[in-house]
This record gives sequence, C-alpha cells and structure tokens, in this order.
Amino acid sequence: MAISDRSALLSGGFPRLADVIRAAKIGNRGLKYVTSIVVVLSVIFIAMDGLKLFWIRFMDALANGFIYGAVALALVLIYKATGVINFAQGSMAMFFTFVAWVLAREQSWPVSLSIVTAMILSSFFGAAFERVFIRPFDPANHLPITMVTIALLSVLDGAAMLIWAADPKGFPSPFPSSLEKKQYFDIFGARLFYTTIGIWLSVIAITVLTSLLLSKTKIGLAFRAVSSNLESSRLVGIHIGRTLQFGWALAAAIGTLAGCLVLSDTKSLLDPSFMAKILVFSFAAATIGGLDSLAGAVVGGLLVGQLQTMVGGYVTFIGSDLVLSVTLLLVIIVLLVRPNGLFGKVRVERV
Amino acid sequence: MSLLEILDVRASYGPVEALHGVTLHAHEGEVTVVLGANGAGKTTTIRSICQMVSTVGSITFDGIQLGGKTTTEIARLGIAHVPQGRGTFADLSVQENLEVGAFRRRDRHLGSDFDFWYGIFPRLGERRSQLAGSLSGGEQQMLAVARAMMSKPKLVLLDEPSLGLAPIIMRDLFDRLQSIQKEQNVTMLLVEQNANLALKIADRAYVLEAGEIALSGTADELRNDDGVRRAYLGF
Repeated sequence: MAISDRSALLSGGFPRLADVIRAAKIGNRGLKYVTSIVVVLSVIFIAMDGLKLFWIRFMDALANGFIYGAVALALVLIYKATGVINFAQGSMAMFFTFVAWVLAREQSWPVSLSIVTAMILSSFFGAAFERVFIRPFDPANHLPITMVTIALLSVLDGAAMLIWAADPKGFPSPFPSSLEKKQYFDIFGARLFYTTIGIWLSVIAITVLTSLLLSKTKIGLAFRAVSSNLESSRLVGIHIGRTLQFGWALAAAIGTLAGCLVLSDTKSLLDPSFMAKILVFSFAAATIGGLDSLAGAVVGGLLVGQLQTMVGGYVTFIGSDLVLSVTLLLVIIVLLVRPNGLFGKVRVERV
Repeated sequence: MSLLEILDVRASYGPVEALHGVTLHAHEGEVTVVLGANGAGKTTTIRSICQMVSTVGSITFDGIQLGGKTTTEIARLGIAHVPQGRGTFADLSVQENLEVGAFRRRDRHLGSDFDFWYGIFPRLGERRSQLAGSLSGGEQQMLAVARAMMSKPKLVLLDEPSLGLAPIIMRDLFDRLQSIQKEQNVTMLLVEQNANLALKIADRAYVLEAGEIALSGTADELRNDDGVRRAYLGF
C-alpha cells in the first residue's frame, strides 16, 4: 500500500494536500529539510524586523514566485516529454511578449486580447518549430535537440534586438494597478495590488487548465504516455511527433503568458533581455520541484520567489546581487538530499 | 491463409547481422510460436515486424508490405506488440494503460470492453486506479496483454511473456492467453524460451537457432521431435 501511495504522489501529477502530508510522513526527506529551513529562516527574519515587514515581503514575493512557477511549468512540460531543457523558453516568451506589446501599443488592441493573441501565435510558433527543427532528430538523443534550443535562443534574441531595439518599453498592465486610485487591498498592512492578485489567478488558472488538459483529454493522455514510455507509445500507434508538438505549443503559450505577467507589474519594463534572469530563477524552481513534476514546478517557483525576496531583503550583504547564488545553493542542497527534486519521480518499478 | 508473411528477412544492429534470412508464416486465427535460446534472434524477429530494427527482405501483413513503414504506422494497421519487459506505462494508472491501448479506437464500446478485460483479469480491476509501475510482474504482464487486446488487433505479437514470472503465474497466464485467443479468434505470434508452455497453446511452431530457422512444423510435430525434446523440453 505504501508503495502505491508514494508513487501516486511522485508520478508527476498534481497531488492533493492529503497526499503531500502522507508523503511527508512516509519520508520525503527533501521536503522535510526544506520545510525546516523555511521555518527556521522565517523565525529568524521575524525576530529581526518584526512580523509586519515579514508579512509585506511575503506577499510581495508571491507574485514573483507564481511567475517563476509558470515558466518552470513550461520547462517541465518540455522536459517531461522530451528529456530536454528548452533553453529558448525565456527568449520565446520575450519575443511573443513583444508581439503582445505591438498589438496593444501600436495596434491599440485591448491588453488582454493582445496577450491571448500573442499566446495563440506563440503556440503556433512552438508547434511549427517542433515540426521543422525538432522532429528530424531522434527523440532519444538529447544533445542535438538541446543545441537546437540554444540556437533558437540566440536567433530570437537577435531578432528582437533588430526589430525592437534595446531601449526599455512600458507594457500596459491588463489589471488595474494605480496607487492613487487605491487599487489594492490592505491585508494586515500589506498592500495587495489588484495586479498581484491578477498574476496569482492567471498562473493558477493556467496551471489548472494545463493539468485538466493533461488528465482529461485524449491528447493529454497521449502526452503522458509518451513521457512515460516512448517505445510503447509507438507500439500502441501514438504519433510521437504530433504529441510532442502539442507539448511545445502548450509550453510556448504558458511562457508567453508568464512574460506578459512579469511586465504587468508596472515596475518592470520590456526589453530583449528581460526574461533572462527570470529564466535562471525558473530553472532553479523546476529543478527544486523535480524536473518532471508539474506541481513541483509551481511549488518550486513559490519557494524560489520567497527565497529571493526574503534573503535579498533581510541579509543585507547578499542584497539583490548575490541572491541568485543563494538560490543555486538551495538547488544543490535539495539535489544532494533528493536527486530527483522534491516532487520528482523516483523510479520505483517492480519487475 | 497466412496473415503475416516473413520472407528471407535479414535484420541487423549496426554492422552486426542478427537474423540471416528468416522465413515464417503466421496463419489467421492461429497461435504461432517461435522457440529459441537466448540470443537466437527471437526478439529481433518480433522487432523486425514492427520495424524497430533495420531489415532487408519482405514482411507482409494482410497483403501490406511493412518494410519502410514507421512503428506507429504499423501499430495502426492492427498489430499489437507486447514487448519484452511488458512495456507498461509505469506512470499511468491501470485504467489509463487500457485507455492508451484503445487510443486508436473510435467506437463507443470502450466502457464495456474495460469491464470485459477487468472480468478476465480481476486483479487489474481491483487495481484500476493504481499506477502500473507498482503492480507485480505477473499483473504487469496481464496488463500488457489486456492493453494490447484493447486495440482490437488482428495480430498480437508477444515477446517472451513468461520472462521473470513464477511458474504458477506463467501457467495461469498461458491458460488465459489460450482462452483469449480462442474467444477473440485473434492471431498470435509468440516468441518464447519456455517451449513446454508455448507448444501447449500453439498451432504452428518454429525453432530459431543463431539467427536462422532450424526447424518448423505444427506444434504436435515439434512436440514429438527428438531434437526439440532434448534441447527445449528436457525429456
């Protein structure tokens, strides 16, 4: 019984809270360590500057965390299906955020419509890219495909620079976020802007949608079959290429949404390199969560978001410059304790 | 008439040739078994049908030439392949494994077919929401068979289904294979080391040695052949 419980959680689906608690009891050591680190750090931070500042920072960090979670989700989708890290994920998101910007600013479309259109266009792009540049390669041979994603990264970065130049541009927020008009809730002293809530809800919605797509539809079933066993998928007549194409399209759309959400916070500006740093944090998030777990990606994203804000804010000598190193340190600790990440699949297959 | 016809097929892994001109027929509605020791080329034979190794020679199924087709296309012609090691989708539930098996079907009888196979294999029914990776070896083999049958295939290829199973489970599995074959009237091509069990359910048999067919005949003929008895049956 224990084995099945455990594997149900580790299978890369979306565990229920009860499953998480049960897994912790069964002995998910990584989760225990991370939880203890989080608790200890929180207590220290609260003792330093009081509960209120901690609370404000906590709420601040959630928005970033959700965005990292979304990008990590896109990375995990491609990784699960192909075993490849899509290094171009950030650049794809950047490029199509520019497309959304063009639609909203130059064509004066409504912002949300521009974002949705850019998401759809990017999914077509992802699908076409898979067909032309990924499918000719043997899916079991990862290195050439990884190189192709790196090539795509540099092409998109260059193209964006050429078309839109490097000067930062303001991106219209799809959510009301004016300080003067008091478009925020005051929750125990922390200002929770409508934008922030919008970011949370958007990421939660796309995560739920992705999970439904994978668990309830036929193409979703094919996708999970292909990520579980490539050879057997061929033997039951699943078209591998088209299934992976679906993964690329979905990941591209999620990435684009994440890019637009980053900029819906009015502090951030649009330029061809704005996704680079976010991509690195999202790599960290995906690795901590376990590269093949969708839920892990979102949890990892929230964790990395908190770490970034808290450690960057409280530990003054780290500030915002060294915070990436601290994040990568956490990645190393997690991987030492659990090589497959917090929710990653441990291959328990009985024969 | 023969549903599957393999004529003078050579198969190779890179520069190494594993089959040196194999010819065999699987007749419609029959169980054909290919016997042989480790390394004789049994798995290669079955993999060459699905074009999972590079082959030279003619392989026809239902009059269609299989050479040059992809594995996916061949599966879609109605050939279900239960690979060695069962090839279950370990991360999917038992139910989902069966759904994947029926992936190509468009008819509306899926629900009753699930119930039918859970009836044949009650252990699977009890575990339908459990992940396939957590099943025992015997249960996984049953799942692999049920998954293959869910596609309503014309031809089922089974690659050493007895591998790694306890003798009592092996016997149980072969009994079920036999009754499934009779009831569904499906053509089976079975590759086995366990000649005793395999010949019991087979109509026609081939013996493969070092990549060549050494002997062929009806199952009865082979059962009574002294060479086969000495080499494979142990009496």
